[in-house]
Amino acid sequence: MDYVLSLIGPMAEGAKVTLSLFFITLILSVPLGLVLALARISKWRTLSAAVNGYIWLMRGTPLMLQLLFVYFALPFVPLIGVRLPDFPAAIVAFALNYAAYFAEIFRAGIQSVDRGQYEGSKVLGMNYLQTLRRIVLPQMVRRVLPPMSNETITLVKDTSLIYVLALNDILRTARGIVQRDFTTTPFLVAAIFYLVMTLVLTWFFQRLEKRYAKFDE
Amino acid sequence: MPNSMNNGAAGGLSTDAREVMIEAREITKSFGDLRVLDGVSLSLHKGEVVAVIGPSGSGKSTFLRCLNHLEIIDSGSIIIEGEAMATTLPDGGAHYVSDSEVRRICRKMGMVFQSFNLFPHMTVLENVIEAPMTVKKLPRNVIVPKAEALLEKVGLRAKRDNYPGRLSGGQKQRVAIARALAMEPDIMLFDEPTSALDPELTGEVLRTMRQLAEERMTMLVVTHEMGFAREVAHRVIFMDNGRIVESAPSSEFFRSPKHERTRAFLGQML
Repeated sequence: MDYVLSLIGPMAEGAKVTLSLFFITLILSVPLGLVLALARISKWRTLSAAVNGYIWLMRGTPLMLQLLFVYFALPFVPLIGVRLPDFPAAIVAFALNYAAYFAEIFRAGIQSVDRGQYEGSKVLGMNYLQTLRRIVLPQMVRRVLPPMSNETITLVKDTSLIYVLALNDILRTARGIVQRDFTTTPFLVAAIFYLVMTLVLTWFFQRLEKRYAKFDE
Repeated sequence: MPNSMNNGAAGGLSTDAREVMIEAREITKSFGDLRVLDGVSLSLHKGEVVAVIGPSGSGKSTFLRCLNHLEIIDSGSIIIEGEAMATTLPDGGAHYVSDSEVRRICRKMGMVFQSFNLFPHMTVLENVIEAPMTVKKLPRNVIVPKAEALLEKVGLRAKRDNYPGRLSGGQKQRVAIARALAMEPDIMLFDEPTSALDPELTGEVLRTMRQLAEERMTMLVVTHEMGFAREVAHRVIFMDNGRIVESAPSSEFFRSPKHERTRAFLGQML
C-alpha cells in the first residue's frame, strides 16, 4: 500500500501533462471543428470540398503518424515548415486531428435540425448568423452531446500516444517506474487515473444531457 | 359587415381606393420539370382577408411561400406595400432586390406554418420575444409586457414558461400566431394553419384567426377549412394546377361557383 501511495506523486506529475494536452486540445479543436463543420455545409463548393479533403486526410491516417509528422517532418516542409518543441507539436497534431472528428459530429448535428426551424427564423426577419447562433446551434448542442461524450473519452486515452515524443504523461511515467522497480503495479495505478478521468467526463456529460433534455418533446 | 368589403378586388384596378398590400403579377415557379405556378396574379388590399383553397398539389402553399421569399420565383413580380421585392427582367427572369432589402420588405409579413416551427429550446415567452430582441434589438423589459399581452390575447399567458413540447397542437399554433404578431407585421400569411391539428383543436386556432380578422388584419390564408373561408374571408381564391381558376367574394363563391372544377372541388369538400 505504501508503495502504491509513493507512486501517486510522480503519476500526478504525469497526469498534469495528460490533462494539459486534453484541455488545450479541446479548447482548440471544438471551435475549429465548428468552423470546419460550417465550411463543410457552406454553399461555396470549393470550400466545402477542401474541408472534405482535410477531414478525409485527418481521419484516414493514424493520429500517431500525424504526431510524428508534425514533430519530425514539418520542419522540412517548404513555406510552412516550422520546428516545434515536443509539447506544442503534440497540441498541433491533436487539435488538427480532433477538429476533423468534431467537424463531422457538428455537421451531423446541424443538419439534423429541421428545415422548418430555418424557415421559422427567416419569416421572423432573422438573418443566417442570427438563426445559427440563436436557433440552430443551441439545438445542435443537445444532439451532439452523446457523440461528443464518446469522442472526449477517446481523447483522454489518445493522449497516451505522446510517449512517442518522449513526453512524460501518465502512461509513460508508469512505464518508467515499471522498468525501474520490476513490478507491474504502476500500470494498475495508471489505469485508475484514466478511469477516474473518464468517470468525471461521463458524469459531466450526463449532467449536460439532463440539462438540455428539459425541452424535449 | 365583411361582405360590404367585397368589392371585387380581383378585378379592381384604380377604382379601388384601399391600399394594396401585396401585388403579385404573373408568378411562375417550377420544381425541376414540374410547373407549380403558372402565371398567378393577386392583389391583396389593406384589411382584406383572402382564403386560398384548392386540391393538394395545386400550388397554393408554394404561392404563399413565394410571397415572403421562402421560395424563389422564376418570373413575375412581387410588390409589398408599394416596394418591389422581385421584378421581371426583359428576358423574362425574375430579379430580386438585395438580401437585406428582401429581409426588410418581408418583415412586413408574418407567417404561420402548418407545422408551427416553434423553437423547441425556448419557452413560450422566449419564442415570442426572440425576434423582437435579436432582429429589432428591443430591450427585454420593453418587449416582455407586449409579449405577455399577445399571449393573453391568444389565451396562453399562463403557459408563458412552458416549453413547446408540453403544449397541444392548438396551443402551439396560437403561440406561433403570437410570435408572428410580436414583430408587428402589416400582413399575416397562414399556410394551412389547422391542417396538422386534431379536429377538436382547430376551433381554438380559427377563433384566434377570426379575432385577428375582426381587428382588420390583412390576411392571406391557405386553408382546407371551408367554414372559415365562407364566414371569415372576404374573398376566396380557388387554385388548381398552378393557376387561379376562380376568385370571388366569398358569399358569391360558395353560392354560385362559376367553374366546373370549382364546383367539383367544393362538391368533394362539403
